[in-house]
Amino acid sequence: MINRKVILSIAKTHLLTKIKQTATAALGVTFGIGAYIIMVSFMTGLNQMLDDLILNLTPHIHIYNEIQPSKKQPITLYDDFKNSFNIVHSIKPKMNQKKIHNAYPIINYLAQNKNVLGVLPQLKSQIFYIAGTIELGGSLIGINPIEEATYFKLNDYIVNGSAEALYNSSNGILLGIEIAKKMSLNVGDRVQIGTVSGTVFPLKIVGFYQSGIADVDVIQSFANIKTVQRILGEPENYITDINVKLKDIDKAFLMAKDIEKQFSLTAMDINTANAQFDTGSSIRNLITYAVSITLLIVAGFGIYNILNMLIYEKMNDIAILKAIGFSGKDVQLIFMYQAVIIGFVGGVLGLILGFGLSHLIDNVPFETEALPRVKTYPVNFNFWYYIIGISFALIATFFAGYLPSQKAKKIDPVDIIRGQ
Amino acid sequence: MRKVLETKHINKYFKKPVLFHVLKDISMNINEGEFVSIMGKSGCGKSTLLYILSTMDTDYDGELYLNNKLITRNSRQELSYIRNKHIGFVFQFHYLLSEFTVLENVMLPAKKLGEKTFQEIEFEAMQKLKMLNIEHLAKKRASRISGGEKQRVAIARALINNPSIIMGDEPTGNLDSHNSENVFNVFKKLSIEEGLSLLVVTHDDDFAKQTDRIIQMEDGKIIT
Repeated sequence: MINRKVILSIAKTHLLTKIKQTATAALGVTFGIGAYIIMVSFMTGLNQMLDDLILNLTPHIHIYNEIQPSKKQPITLYDDFKNSFNIVHSIKPKMNQKKIHNAYPIINYLAQNKNVLGVLPQLKSQIFYIAGTIELGGSLIGINPIEEATYFKLNDYIVNGSAEALYNSSNGILLGIEIAKKMSLNVGDRVQIGTVSGTVFPLKIVGFYQSGIADVDVIQSFANIKTVQRILGEPENYITDINVKLKDIDKAFLMAKDIEKQFSLTAMDINTANAQFDTGSSIRNLITYAVSITLLIVAGFGIYNILNMLIYEKMNDIAILKAIGFSGKDVQLIFMYQAVIIGFVGGVLGLILGFGLSHLIDNVPFETEALPRVKTYPVNFNFWYYIIGISFALIATFFAGYLPSQKAKKIDPVDIIRGQ
Repeated sequence: MRKVLETKHINKYFKKPVLFHVLKDISMNINEGEFVSIMGKSGCGKSTLLYILSTMDTDYDGELYLNNKLITRNSRQELSYIRNKHIGFVFQFHYLLSEFTVLENVMLPAKKLGEKTFQEIEFEAMQKLKMLNIEHLAKKRASRISGGEKQRVAIARALINNPSIIMGDEPTGNLDSHNSENVFNVFKKLSIEEGLSLLVVTHDDDFAKQTDRIIQMEDGKIIT
């Protein structure tokens, strides 16, 4: 212990008397780590935002009745043609109700599963927005607004309103913002909704829905489930879709398969629905890390260089230390300590620099149509990035210091003393 | 008389640039409290011998004993410890750590040894400096003092762990006559008053004449 203290004090003295070189080396690390923190925070923030754009809107498992042709056509049931080659032309989809049979018992059953975070019923219906003589086709989705806000961040996509306002209004509608623009409607106005069967209902606009995807915003609106059931003239158990949010997104695939088997419904999991998203994020992450690691390696070479120079300058000191009883290992430790001190100081400053600049970026205005709630650039202040940053600084400087210090260890004091 | 240092049949070869037999069958010993000087012309191998005796050079044949213990094939770690505890060095060039103060330079070997607290070490270091009449330099940077003073600091540093023997490689070689005399007097005083064993390589006749015994070397052999 005493030994370590002595060695540390020598390392410190060396660093402090060569403060300019030390500062240069440490600054290399500072910029490397700082750039890493900024890049990773900003890139992952952006990634998160882009992913959320789609993933927030997509349930982990989406359960519905799909309109599709029967897998078994009647002819296959007829034994006489069993061994023949049958061709059926013009197959039509099977007549099927849109409604999920026994929806509420299924919801209750799924809600008990411990992997499930939330189960939300939805009622999708085709409607028309009526403006004078013009009828605009669209869809009205009946939802439980409070639960949608909790599990699918509905509030992030509402402009001039809130999920609570929708919940509190028995004839309220969250109108798609593009429709509102087309029809010059404002919050508080009434909009006429026509159903397929021809009935017309006036609904009061409690807010605008803006998903950021224009094609969706020009069609889709939301209302309470009960409101939609009333418009359609359907009973209270009329549900067309069930959205499930899981605790662990990776279990979605298997669970979707189980649900399909158990209830003979279609269950689409999020990975199948949005396979391309994973690829995009992982490539962006790869680029972030490649650039960061390059920066840190450059910083590492800076340290390597400066320590190498320092060791040439300190040849005499190394010889004296060895002559008065410091072992090769002690001398190596002196230089390793110097490298790690440079790495630590530079790294911590880098974290501070990175945090400061990320904070600055976080406050730069960034207005986008896509996300009404986003007012500034998205920055991800994940604590782990800071841990990774400082670890990398220490590891990189450790290796940068190792080779020069190994050289210092091997220096033969006799060569130096004789050489003078 | 107890032998502090003893060599038996030491041979050393330089392999580069050509094979060269530097030390030829060196057998010698130094008794406790003896002040010995090694003399010889340049290139006769006297410095090479000193580096072997100092344990810094381990590439030789033969046996080296310190305090009657064979230390020839000890590990580098053990040899470092031996140098630290039992051997004090004074070189021709005043090898001090220039960025440290005089006091820190003197304390360093004792701190490395770690047998005493830093307070005790500081007290002893001050005593050594007082003994050599340079206590007023204690807080100065080692790079800010004169050559003669540096050499005395180096002696104080060599003394700090109360070593069995002090070795000097032309300790007066780089000093003017006044400072040389000064350094010699310090050695003489240590030899007489403290009973220290000293081994000094020199080619200063006046210096050598005043020591207890002169080992004369020529072409890698001891002649007297």
